[in-house]
This record gives sequence, structure tokens and C-alpha cells, in this order.
Amino acid sequence: MPSLNQLSGIEIRDKIRTQEISSEDIVLACFKRINDVESKINAFTEVFEKEAVKRAKEIDKKIKKGEKVGNLAGIPLAVKDLISVKGHQTSAGSKMLNGYISPYDSTVIERLVRKQDAIIIGTTNMDEFAMGSSTESSFYGATYNPWNLKFVPGGSSGGSGAAIAADETILSLGSDTGGSIRCPAAYCGVAGIKPTYGRVSRYGIIAYANSLEQVGPISKTVKDSALVLQNMAGKDPKDATTVDESVENYLDIIENGIEDFTIGIPNEFYGEGLDPDVEKQVRNAIKILEKKGSNIIKVSLPHIEYALPTYYLIAMSEASSNLARFDGIRYGYKTDNTDGNFNEVFSRTRGEGFGPEVRRRIILGTYALSAGYFEMFYIKALKVRTLIRQDFLKAYEKCDVLIGPTMPATAFEIGTKLDDPIQMYLEDILTVPINLAGIPSMSLNCGFASNGMPVGMQIMGKFFKESDIFRTAYVLEQEMKYFKQRPDLGGY
Amino acid sequence: MKSKVDSKFTPMIGLEIHCQLNTLKTKLFCSCNAQFRGEEPNTYTCPVCLGLPGSLPTVNENAIDCAIKLAHAFDSKINKRMYFFRKNYFYPDLPQNFQITQYNKAGGVAFADGGTISIKFDNKIKNIELDRFHLENDPGKLVHEGGDIESSNETLVDYNRSGIALIEIVTKPVIESPREARIFLKKLRSIISHCEIVDLTKDGAMRVDANISIKGHARAEVKNINSFKEVERALKWEIKRQINKLKKGQETEQETRNWNGKITTLLRSKESENEYRYFPEADLVPIEIKQDWIDDIKEKMPELPDERIARLQEEYGLKEYDATVITEDKEVADFYEECCKLNENYEAIKNWLMNDIMGILNEENLSISSTELKPKLVDEFISAIDSGKVTTKIAKKYISKIIKGIGIKKWMKKQGVKKITDKEKLNELADKIISDNPDVVEDLKKKPKTFQYFVGQMMKATRGQADIQLTRKILKEKLKKYMK
Ligand SMILES: [Zn+2]
Repeated sequence: MPSLNQLSGIEIRDKIRTQEISSEDIVLACFKRINDVESKINAFTEVFEKEAVKRAKEIDKKIKKGEKVGNLAGIPLAVKDLISVKGHQTSAGSKMLNGYISPYDSTVIERLVRKQDAIIIGTTNMDEFAMGSSTESSFYGATYNPWNLKFVPGGSSGGSGAAIAADETILSLGSDTGGSIRCPAAYCGVAGIKPTYGRVSRYGIIAYANSLEQVGPISKTVKDSALVLQNMAGKDPKDATTVDESVENYLDIIENGIEDFTIGIPNEFYGEGLDPDVEKQVRNAIKILEKKGSNIIKVSLPHIEYALPTYYLIAMSEASSNLARFDGIRYGYKTDNTDGNFNEVFSRTRGEGFGPEVRRRIILGTYALSAGYFEMFYIKALKVRTLIRQDFLKAYEKCDVLIGPTMPATAFEIGTKLDDPIQMYLEDILTVPINLAGIPSMSLNCGFASNGMPVGMQIMGKFFKESDIFRTAYVLEQEMKYFKQRPDLGGY
Repeated sequence: MKSKVDSKFTPMIGLEIHCQLNTLKTKLFCSCNAQFRGEEPNTYTCPVCLGLPGSLPTVNENAIDCAIKLAHAFDSKINKRMYFFRKNYFYPDLPQNFQITQYNKAGGVAFADGGTISIKFDNKIKNIELDRFHLENDPGKLVHEGGDIESSNETLVDYNRSGIALIEIVTKPVIESPREARIFLKKLRSIISHCEIVDLTKDGAMRVDANISIKGHARAEVKNINSFKEVERALKWEIKRQINKLKKGQETEQETRNWNGKITTLLRSKESENEYRYFPEADLVPIEIKQDWIDDIKEKMPELPDERIARLQEEYGLKEYDATVITEDKEVADFYEECCKLNENYEAIKNWLMNDIMGILNEENLSISSTELKPKLVDEFISAIDSGKVTTKIAKKYISKIIKGIGIKKWMKKQGVKKITDKEKLNELADKIISDNPDVVEDLKKKPKTFQYFVGQMMKATRGQADIQLTRKILKEKLKKYMK
């Protein structure tokens, strides 16, 4: 008999509904697990135990009385530390926002928590301002991979990935600007989807690169991701970039199979530098899909060769502007030494409050937007971005989904890439093209490498066709059953 | 003394005018109440206009309505796909440390390009060409406690104004003198006031920056010209400065200068100019300005100043100059026309309104609507003068009371202006006036209306204090033999 906190979100939802268990039971089970393993993982920046238990009791009362409750009633949810939750610190893993209490809820919290009754159990650790692929740059210390504590959990939503893998929570939210949901999902052996740009409201999400990022679930199973996404997606009047495209009931169609699907294998995802262990597991997954009746074809995305520099130019440029507001005047960190004019005080505050990677990206982005370089860098990057999007659109003329590895290799050891930004940036080579194009993509565990670390595969879909991704991922998950494997952290 | 500019130095002036769309209910990018004036600092704010982490802007479409209206008024070309750019610079009044604006370079477009405003002076018409205008948000307001930006040691920020919608209008550098600039700005005010998009009575509702150069030389931008009245002075001063420099054989420099009310001083040299790093604002998707939208607003366009000036001349027999002055402010022109509906002495209404009443309002910095002044009071007042009940002298004493809503009759009663009801005294006076004016008595035989002249003379002689009924009765009796 597994412990309650090891169950999936769908299982918990059903058990709460039938009153087989109470919300309080599962919330307490998660906090017990957090108490047991958190000292090893460091997945959370803050836990809301008292408040969560109180809310669980309220929901239990409602259910007992037969009152109507939300679709996620009583299910524990951990949210990345850049998603504004009213009355709680939202720090984006930075000293700059240490102590900043958000006075408002982001739209995703309004929908999942206030409307659908999920229970927030805490905020999860991340690379500072979502800039990184390892969750090592957080002001609150690194997060450790539950599969091997010497390894990084991936990033930047490493806390959410690790918390799911370690069964510290049932559901979680991450955000993905250049792979920040899919990378930790891959490294932690769980599922995570970056929705189509415009699918989920960004209102209340602290921006890193606003033309690239989306909030999405990281979960134990494919169905859990579908459950979370369908309850938070859709047009939001507070976010002008959300699209008025109807949100399907993913759970209704998730078991429809993929017999009529054509699946594209983009050459460029299997090039030099791909770890043979990773390639082997992904190819194996493709074989399963073929066996399940889908038509496999080769495709090419010629311009993704330029995706990495294009991504970093756009992301850093946007970051330099998005992070300008952190000046210590209204909220957040402020330098103790306030001598000099406002420019000097701003500079000192920002120099002290931001970590080295954030400073690096702001400086590079500021440079790229400067007169004389703007056309050469930013405008050119936008042009390449269009070409990359067109590559994908062309591939989707023939395919329903594309399959590739999520990361070029499995998780790496903590500390090995921290001083080498270029090596760190190369981690994102297979994830950033998706953000540039704006399409949805899920990372799913498709096996383990010889070092015992999980391997992630990416299922990329057409614009707003997250349903195709879920159908494909569900077939694979049910065949491979890797989601049933859990790292051994002891404690039970 | 008229300042005659040296003919080999031709000034070239371009103006940038920021108009606050303070008639809108909400701010440009959030739903905060835009009527923030006089409110407790930092209470008319929300996560968006405070630039809190995670907040996102959305566009107030009513601001676009205002911009379309202006485009019609100026005959500018609207760019039908509108989008915003970020202008990045650090300043404490700017909560995000960037302003969301529109840009006409780097792939951006202004809201509208071109357009003209025609002005008339020295009996000629000049079309001042506009370069463009665009929408953007106002920053917050810095309050320098106990001094100015340099002398105070504490500066507070009020973000109530942060996010208020602005339209920035940029002219081409085609204005040739400070006087021309003043006339242009008056005309612009008049247009804006007829479009009813800016409440011009509010402080800082319109703010002007000026680009000034001497033809063939580098230009200086003069900032912080806080009132329209100052524009002419600031421009005169700056032109003189530049000419003096050139006369000494030195070159003018590209720089930004500050007008402090007396002189302009260097704010920034070209080297230390802000580098704004304009780039597209990805949080706001492009908005299509469809032809239907443009046409819809066109149908609802109000009468604009040029048409109105012509009509006022036609309908009320005003001189062009008077019609132009009245039309400078829509509220004044509307009021004038309301008065003219009640009283046909258009000339007298114009004179009293423009010379006396507006003088008092301007002195106290009031608008008509902020006072108790009503067309009915003006009618009553003009009628009292015309009927001879009130002399000009008394009228002058009274006129400051009219804006307080006090009618002339009521005022006279209160003043205790005593009526002369002494029959004998009035009889004596009537006899004198009749015998003093034999030619008018002759006239009376042909034109019975001349009777009114004698009434007027009686009132004049008594400084308006003769009882009007009694006076008429006495005069009628004495003059009836001459009247048929
Ligand atoms: Zn606001």
C-alpha cells in the first residue's frame, strides 16, 4: 500500500470526492513527507502548513455537507516562487525580492486555488528570476535531485520538479521561458508541459522574458498535467496576450489513442552531442508509438541550428527591461548605503540584490538593445525567430506531433557548470526552439540512463493542440509505466 | 519693445505637447480611477500602475477613441495596426523604469502621422505641419519636500498620476517665432477643447517641450515649460542665447535645457543623453484600428474651431478677431451662444463676457463651469443695461458678483440702490431733458422708438436710480403730443 502522498492527483481527487480520504489527510501526508525529506531536497522556499491545513478542513466540511466544491478540491499544490500568491512572499528565488509579500493573486492562483479549491502547500525553489537550468542560483540555496542528491534537479523550476519526484506534493506549477518546466521534468523523471504561448494567463507571474514564457504544470502523471492545465487555461482579460481559443476538456479525450496520428522525428534533435543513453530511450519510445498505430516520418527544422543565440538575445533583452523595476524604492531589497543620487542608490541596490547570472543577463540584454547594436542583434533575432516558427508550421503540415529528447543528456552533478555560463546555456539547446515558436511541448519520463538518472522526451504539438500532446503522452506512459518508479529517499 | 530677430539668424521651433486625457474614467493601462487630483497620495493605484512584479498592462480603448478624434481634427493618417514600445530609463517616478509608448522608428509606428493645424496672424494663414502623435502613460509625481529637486533632502513619490493616458503631439520644426508658437498653441488648445478629450482647467493637463535651433545649427531641447504663457518667454530667451553664441563665433550644441521660469540652464549634454533602448512591448498585442471604428468616430465629430469661428461671424455678426478669441475655449464659446439664445444684444454679451467676466475668471484661474455663472444672469444683466435700469458705472461695480450666481436685481436690492420716486424731482428733470434736446423731440415725431433715448437720459442723470415705471409714465405724459 503506497503512502497517500505517493498517489496521483486524479487518484487523490477521486478519493476526496468519495470521502474515502479527507483533504486534511492528504495535506498532512504531504507535510509529513516534507518534514522527512526536505532537508535533503530543499524543494521549497516556504511552506504554508497552518494555512493549508485550515483550508483543507474547510473544504472537508463543505464536502461533508454536500456543498459544491471546485474541480481540484482539497488537492495539494506547490507553486513556483515567481507566481504571485496574495499575502505570501513571491521572491523569484532572489535576494532582491526577499521579504516582498504580494498584495494580489496571479490569475492562475485565482483559478486553481480560489475557484477550483486546490490547496497551496508552499512555494518552490527556482533559479534566480528563472535564469538557469539547475536551480543552483537561488538565494535560498540549491535544490537537490531526489534520484541522486549529488545531481541537479534541472531548472529553473527545479523545486517543483523535485517536490513532485520526492512525493512532497501532489501537483505543482512551474514556468517555462526556455525549458524551465521541461528540463526539471526530464531530470526528475516526471511529466511537465509548457502550454502554447497565450494559452495560460501570465498575470501575476514575475517576468523574465515575457514574449517567451508560460506557466504550466509539473506532475507525476500525464492526466494530472491535463487536470491542472484545463482548469487554468483560457482567455484572461488581465493578460492581453492570452488567446480567446476554447479550452478542451483534455481528460475527456486523453484516452482516445493515436492510431490516426502522424508523428514527426526532427533530424536536428538527434545531432552531435546527444547522449547515446538519451537517444536510446527516446528511440525506444518512438518504437512504442509506431507499434500503437501511428505513422512515423522524418522531418527537418533547418533553422533551429540558430535557436540558442536567438533565444538568448531575445530573452536577455526582455529581461533587461523586465527586471528594471527592481530598484528598492517601492518593495524588495534596498541597499543600506543610501549615499548619492538616485542613480547611484539604484545601481548599488541592484548590484547587491541580484546574483551574478541575473546581472550578466541584464548587462548583455542592455547591450543588445543599445543604439548601434539593436538592429544587428535584437531585430535580427526576431527575424530568425520567425523562420524557426515557420519551420515548425511546415512540419505540422504533415505531422500531428513531433518527438525528440528534452535535454541532450541526463542531470549533471551540482557545481559542475556553475562557473561556465556557456555550458549552462547549451543545456537549453533542445528546449528553446519551442519557446521561440510558441508551440506547446511536454516532457515525459521515457526511461533511465546507465547512471540511473531519468531520461526525458519531448512531445511537441501544434498551436493550441495540447490535447494531441496529452493523447500521445498518455499512450506512452501507460505502455512504459515509468511514472510508477520513485526515487528511494527512505522515510516510509 | 518689439524684439526683432536678426535676419541672418532664422529660428526653427518644433513643439512637443503632452496632453493628459483627463476626461477618461480610467488610466491607460489599468482600471484605476483617473480622477486622481486632490486625492490622498498613492491611493489611486493598483499592481499595474505601481509596476508590481507580475502585473501586466491592458489597453483602455477609450483612449484610442480620443486619439482617433484628434486624428480627424488634425487630418492625420492613422496607422491601422497600433502597437506599443517600451522606452527604458531609470527614474523614481516611473514604477517599471520604462514607459509604455509608441515609437516611430525601429519598426514601430506612431498612432498617427502628419496632419496640420492652420493658424492666422498678420492677415495670413500658415499651416503648421505635425510630424506625428502617439499614446503613452504619464509617470507618477515627485514631491520634493521643503524645496526643489536640488535643495530638498527628501523626495516623495505619488503614483496616483502613474498610468494616466497622455497623447504626445510633435510638430515639425516649422514654427519661426515665439509669437507664432503662442498662436499655434492657442489654436491647438482650442481644437483639443472642442474635441473634449482634455479638461484644460486642470493643472498640468497640457505640458510643452520645445526644440529650438537657429537654421543650420544644432538644436537644443527645452523642458519643463509648465504653462502655455511661459512658452513665448522661454523661446525668446533661448533664441537670444543661441544667437548671442553664434554672434560670438561659437557653435550651439545639441543639448537638453531646463526652463526655470527665468532662464534656460543646461540639463544634459549630448554625450549624457539618455539611451532609451526602445523595443516592442510584448505584453500588449497589436490592436487593429478598423475603418468602421474610424468612421464611427468621424460621424460623431464635434464642430471644430475653424467652422465655429466662421459660424459665429455669420450668426452673431462678430468680427473675426472676436470670434477667434471666443472660440479659444469651447466652454466660453458654448456659454456665449447660450447667452445669445436668451438675449439678442450679441455685441454687448460679447463685450461683457470677453472683457469683464473672462478677465475676472482668468485672474482667479476659474472656468465658467466651476462658478455659478449662468446665461440667465447675463441676459438679465444685459437687459437691465439696455432698458436703462442700470448704468455702465453700476454695472462695473456689479460684474464680479455675476460669477457667484447673484442676479443684478437681487444685487441692486441688497445694495440698497434707492429708487427715486419723488414725482416732483423727476418732473423737473424730465422738463430739463426735453428742453435740452429739441432735435430729438423732432425725431420722435417720425420714430416713436426714440422715446427710449429720453428714458436713458433720465436714468443717466439719476445714475440709474430713477424709478423706471414712474419715469416712463412722466415722460409719456410729457411727450405724447409728439408721438403718433
Ligand atoms: Zn492602476
